[in-house]
Amino acid sequence: MSPEREGPGQVGSEREGSGRDAGLAGERTRLAWRRTVLAVGVVAVLTARLALSNGTVGALVAALAGLGWLGVLVATFPRFAGRRGDPGRALPVAALVTAGFAGLGLLLVLASVR
Amino acid sequence: MYQAVRRWFDPRELREVGETPDYRFSLANERTFLAWLRTGLALIAGGLAVAQFLPPMPVPHLREALAVALLLLGGTVAVRAVDHWARTERAIRLGHELPASRFPAVLALLIGLGAVLLVVAVLVQAARNP
Repeated sequence: MSPEREGPGQVGSEREGSGRDAGLAGERTRLAWRRTVLAVGVVAVLTARLALSNGTVGALVAALAGLGWLGVLVATFPRFAGRRGDPGRALPVAALVTAGFAGLGLLLVLASVR
Repeated sequence: MYQAVRRWFDPRELREVGETPDYRFSLANERTFLAWLRTGLALIAGGLAVAQFLPPMPVPHLREALAVALLLLGGTVAVRAVDHWARTERAIRLGHELPASRFPAVLALLIGLGAVLLVVAVLVQAARNP
């Protein structure tokens, strides 16, 4: 799955070097991205469920929630799949889409009060 | 404000100032950002769940107020997370002190206060309808 990860046979020889630790730091970051994208998916489903009780506009908001999750998935895929190097725009995109879900939720809750 | 947002998206700002650190530091900074982002997502999910799964409360609109508070907190945590990540990355590259922040303490106090208020609300309700 991750070609840069070392096999168990190399553990002993690499113990003093930074090679093994480096692979684990990359792997932990990959896994953290996967957990985060999963959490964004859960929030998208909850937003869509809340939106769908609001008729046609609600269906549009639900579609927007789905698109938001897809956007995060696409923007963060290089991190998610564990390509090395520049995080690029993945971090601000993930954070701003998350804030966008909070905004959508606020609109839906406030619309239900009236 | 606009400058801060531009800075998050500008790779030069975070890739060219100062010196490139050991990339494990950058990855640790990124994971810290992700942990904060998941904290924000959990607050937002809590707000969305309160809005649609909690039965209406005896105090009018308490449910909606709770959902709005959780959603606002979650959105704030997410935006603060990316800002703090960018400022930390810059500090690491320039060899400065890491940015200090009161935000975790404020967030913890707010959540603790909210929990206490809810406990009081539940006790009052239980006392009224034994």
